[in-house]
Amino acid sequence: MSQEDKTTQQPAPQAKAPEKPSPAGKSAGLKGVLSAALIPTLSVFTALVIGAIIISASSPDVLAAWRNFFQDPLNALSVTWKLVHDAYLALFQGAFGNPSQIAAAFTQWRETGDTRPLLEAWRYFSESLVIATPYIFAGLAVALGFRGNMFNIGAEGQLFVGGLASAYVGYAIKGLPAYIHLPLALLAGILAGAIWGAIPGLLKARTGAHEVINTIMMNYISYRLTDYLLTGPMARPDKLPITPEIQPSAYLPSLFERPMRLHWGFFLALAMAAFLYWFLFKTTRGMEIRMVGLNPNAARTAGVRISFIMVLTMALSGGLAGLAGANQILGVDHRLARAFSSGYGFDSIALALLGKSHPVGVVLASLLFGFLRGGAARMQSVAGVPVEIIRIIQGMVIVFVAAPAIIRSLYRLKAVREEEAVLQRGWS
Amino acid sequence: MVEELTLAQKQQLNRRRWIIGAIVLFMAALILQFGLGSGGSKSTFVLSSQRTGVNIPAPDLVLPTDVTLYSMAALVGLAGVWQTLRGFKRDTVVILVSVSVLTAAFLVWATEDKSLNLTGMLVSSVVRATPIAMAALAGIYSERSGVVNIGIEGMMTMGAFMAVVFASITGNLWVGVIAGVLAGMVMGWLHGVLSIKYKVNQIVSGTGIIILALGITSYLQRAVLNLNPELNQPGPVISAVAIPGVWRIPVLGPVLFNQSPLIYLMIVLLVVTHVLLYYTRWGLRVRSVGEHPKAADTLGINVFRLRYISVLLSGAIAGLGGAYMSIGAAGRFNEGMVAGKGFLGLAAMIFGNWNPGGAFFGSLIFGFFDSWQEKISILQVGIPVDLLGMAPYIATMIVLAGFIGRARMPAADGTPYEKE
Amino acid sequence: MPPLLELRGITKRFPGVLANDHIDLTLNQGEILALLGENGAGKTTLMNILYGLYTPDEGDILINGEKVEIHSPDDAIELGIGMVHQHFMLIPVFTVTENVMLGVESTKGGIFLDRKAARERIVEISSQHSLQVDPDARVEDLPVGVQQRVEIIKVLYRQANILILDEPTAVLTPQEVVELIKVIRSLVAQGKSIIFISHKLNEVLELADRIMVLRDGRVAGATTPDQATEASLASMMVGREVILTVDKPPAQPGEVVLDVQNLKVLDDRKLVAVKDVSFQVRAGEVLGVAGVQGNGQTELVEALTGLRHVESGKVSILDRDLTNAMPRVILEAGTAHVPEDRQLDGLVLPFSIAENMVLNTYYQPPFAKGVRLQHELITSTAEQRVEQFDVRTPSIFIPASSLSGGNQQKVIVAREFSRPIKLLIASQPTRGLDVGSIEYIHNLIIQKRNEGCAALLVSPELDEIMTLSDRIAVMYSGKILAILPAEEATLEGLGLLMAGIQEGATQAAS
Repeated sequence: MSQEDKTTQQPAPQAKAPEKPSPAGKSAGLKGVLSAALIPTLSVFTALVIGAIIISASSPDVLAAWRNFFQDPLNALSVTWKLVHDAYLALFQGAFGNPSQIAAAFTQWRETGDTRPLLEAWRYFSESLVIATPYIFAGLAVALGFRGNMFNIGAEGQLFVGGLASAYVGYAIKGLPAYIHLPLALLAGILAGAIWGAIPGLLKARTGAHEVINTIMMNYISYRLTDYLLTGPMARPDKLPITPEIQPSAYLPSLFERPMRLHWGFFLALAMAAFLYWFLFKTTRGMEIRMVGLNPNAARTAGVRISFIMVLTMALSGGLAGLAGANQILGVDHRLARAFSSGYGFDSIALALLGKSHPVGVVLASLLFGFLRGGAARMQSVAGVPVEIIRIIQGMVIVFVAAPAIIRSLYRLKAVREEEAVLQRGWS
Repeated sequence: MVEELTLAQKQQLNRRRWIIGAIVLFMAALILQFGLGSGGSKSTFVLSSQRTGVNIPAPDLVLPTDVTLYSMAALVGLAGVWQTLRGFKRDTVVILVSVSVLTAAFLVWATEDKSLNLTGMLVSSVVRATPIAMAALAGIYSERSGVVNIGIEGMMTMGAFMAVVFASITGNLWVGVIAGVLAGMVMGWLHGVLSIKYKVNQIVSGTGIIILALGITSYLQRAVLNLNPELNQPGPVISAVAIPGVWRIPVLGPVLFNQSPLIYLMIVLLVVTHVLLYYTRWGLRVRSVGEHPKAADTLGINVFRLRYISVLLSGAIAGLGGAYMSIGAAGRFNEGMVAGKGFLGLAAMIFGNWNPGGAFFGSLIFGFFDSWQEKISILQVGIPVDLLGMAPYIATMIVLAGFIGRARMPAADGTPYEKE
Repeated sequence: MPPLLELRGITKRFPGVLANDHIDLTLNQGEILALLGENGAGKTTLMNILYGLYTPDEGDILINGEKVEIHSPDDAIELGIGMVHQHFMLIPVFTVTENVMLGVESTKGGIFLDRKAARERIVEISSQHSLQVDPDARVEDLPVGVQQRVEIIKVLYRQANILILDEPTAVLTPQEVVELIKVIRSLVAQGKSIIFISHKLNEVLELADRIMVLRDGRVAGATTPDQATEASLASMMVGREVILTVDKPPAQPGEVVLDVQNLKVLDDRKLVAVKDVSFQVRAGEVLGVAGVQGNGQTELVEALTGLRHVESGKVSILDRDLTNAMPRVILEAGTAHVPEDRQLDGLVLPFSIAENMVLNTYYQPPFAKGVRLQHELITSTAEQRVEQFDVRTPSIFIPASSLSGGNQQKVIVAREFSRPIKLLIASQPTRGLDVGSIEYIHNLIIQKRNEGCAALLVSPELDEIMTLSDRIAVMYSGKILAILPAEEATLEGLGLLMAGIQEGATQAAS
């Protein structure tokens, strides 16, 4: 049997999984959703288990107890259990709030009409959503890039310039009504991110220079740019490396009173996810991006302008990442300081992988990361486990999601016609 | 092949000639601009070296700022005029030379009425190029066998971390170096398992490795190092070893022959890698696997094993690079200390067309720009430090854009091998 | 005395396919055994088993009467089995010497390559078997025929006694084939034994001592050249009588649709691939472009469809200058393009069949309103075309990757032929397809031509060219050597032209 037949009889390795996009989506249904979510769920679970092992192994108390394992095995186990239990309970409560506190606050509100305890009890949940919001934007950015076979590692830099631009519009323009000022500031963020993303896209389209390296270079350039602007042109009058406070007219309005910081940015993020779904799967441009992503040769033969689509993909991707920065400035920080983004760039790659580059998946993955991050802060303060554990968990989730075979063999799952991650050729 | 050129082709060639000519002329104008208003002053370049109490004397290079700049401008200007009117055969060379002259002119201008230790700058260029060159070598091993390794950054971070911890525990820096190498190999093994066995997209796998390595090191730093600061105190960095006889040669001695043993090791590795790749059986096989794994397979060559070995070696060298950065240069571990050296190394590798020598040259260019921006900012010429700091990164992008077209990567680079 | 090689009951299953079903085969010392069969009959699988690339699910391999286990090419080489693959297993950037020595390198001290020693042996082998080749040339700079010599030297270098040649003539001109046959005869004269895989009946009849025919993974029969005819072999191969002729009324050429003047195109390595090519295709005729693969046909088609830059010359379609126009403009001008490599250029394999059906019309009304795709209409259109063009698929929503080669090609044909087209550019439209699909696609092309469409057919298969074309152009080394009316063309004449020999060709033709 010839080469030819062989390749056609087996599913193409680069088949990207739930190509829900196709009109076939309708038949996928709940079962499809569940099976698509199985590997990611098990990946997260496994990563949490390994995280627990790392937490235990790096705790002097636990290690001491295990050294005496043969004298007192129960103690070793109970010390370990207590640490892991405390840590993950704190993680849970930090992410969602304390259920009994919520219940009590609810009763109190029913009785007295006092909303403050209620707000207080829901604070953690709200905070997790606030953390999840930029993740959604940045995750969508990377996912869009993946769809077009552009590996945008530069979300971080695009986020910085997006934040810079919207901060500038936010504080420098005064006296505008909110309905003009806010959109203007958001737009500035999108535009700056889009330009920042389009440059590597253009370089790839024109010279074939790989976008991975160029986006990373653009990241470093954006850090330097931020440092420069914060110490010079955009510094506060007192010369601290912080921008001035933005005008309230450029705020993304809060939904509740303090201490709940949830703001309209969250819904903007959900709206962007919906928009991206529509754009990718229901429009001609979206189809072109997916075509170029899956088979640029066929796309070219079918008359699609590859280089234009490359630049467009990167510009849109950069714009979304820029929006993540704008959201953070206009919704939460209200000014830009040096340590403004903490690794959103790399995290967003994890999100796009975890969400299978599908807008809905990205939203779910971002919520997960938001809860993990939100809970981690409490875990650190209550159980003394450094927040960085979350990054290890994220790293492992990427590994597991990218290599579902590991998870499958771990849980003895049967191999379904499994989707593999986007297949991309080397450098040029 | 000599072919008649059509009108359209001629026009196209002319346009290219004019554009490049214009760029070169612009650079000449820039140099001239530096020269204007620097009448009578002098730029002093110190060539003598003073390190660890030893003075290697050399006469200072004192240049009259304006005359030097004018002649440089004239040189570049002439090249530009010639390029515009007649055109050089190899116009990229013209650009490269002009950029070099421009860089030098900038130094001359910045040093006006001041002095700059040129030897020191070259020494630090080599020092800064070293981790990049190691990353590039790591990349060459992996990619020559057909595995794209974008995770070098992460492997270096792990190497840097483990080197510090083990050097601190044992009090022996060389144990630290070995630990760093092993840590890199572990990460290389992980990359191998993911990308060779599980056929994960190699860029995804590499990204995962970076995130994992950054997560593990920053977590352990918080959870362990910060609580036990003695684990982050490997003592003084590995000291420089002077090579007898040659280290006292002015300029060359300090730059090449009085450096950290890890730098010598890097140079040895360069030579060994070159020989290995092109003159040994193993190298021939590795290259065949990176070019056409199926052909290699039909000749009884074990594609998977060679790729594993190459990725492990890649991890080992990346780990060595990390160890150099922590216990060989910084003397401690800091989060984010690798700061993109792994990626710069990949760029250098591409620049060098996946050859050790070329990659080293590429690394030197980056090392030079890194050192250049630092010296310039010390001279305080009125250009903000942070903007100058972009130089190495912008240089990388320009280099990639200019060279990738001619670079020829291993044909099977990035493609998992599927045995039927 | 036992035969040199014996295969007993070899069975190999792939997911969903029985590729080899209890195949028995014997090969004697100094014999040429031809293995005949259609694409997909299981020839290559069987040989890959013999060469250790696949492991059989059942069956035994015996050499000189002794049972052997072959788990890897290493084992096969050890046993004196060598294989020249259909797609050459050469590393383009390596020299001939490096390619030949790879895997069995001569070394100094077990580490360093001894290129000199290897080179000497190569020179020796090449003079012994009259396989002329420069050991220091880079393989990528060599013509295909010479690359094949390198492959044969590679096998001899490993001291193989049994040579498997997998479709060795597919990439050669008829004259190169004659050369190859000489080489094979000389090898046999020196005691080598050969398994020769082919689907070309005339070669098999000329060369083989014995012929074995495979069909659908089974042995369909065995015979010798003196007992067989092309017709008997063909029916054995296909399992029924085949008449590979298409009902074709005389052409009625109309206006000039495609006009190509002095075209010059470069290949990927910036070398001239198409030189000064001029021709016209009129409405209602098929112009066939014959030629051995790699003589500029690919670049020509790419230039015509806007996928490759035209250095000089002019391409016009219906009097419109479309030199270096965007591919989309050319498509919209009424061009249908059936690309050479359907999986690489013709389809987005992970896309559904429905999406692939509108791969180049999705943006036009009625499939799109503004930027919005009209999924319902796309779906219903796809349903209808799957019906009309007999695409065998359970659903239009499954990815194109899960279709067989023939059905994938039908998807492309359905897409291209359903547009209002004036010009059809088809490049190897039946490559690797089964007989049924070939007949179907041939008939469709003729039908389009009868409807007044101009067709440019590029194919290295002379049979296909001669069946379908009204005029035949022969490409050699980037040039069109001649354009003949189909009725004046003979196999020999075309063969000589394909080898670049012009004088002999005109003689043969006249």
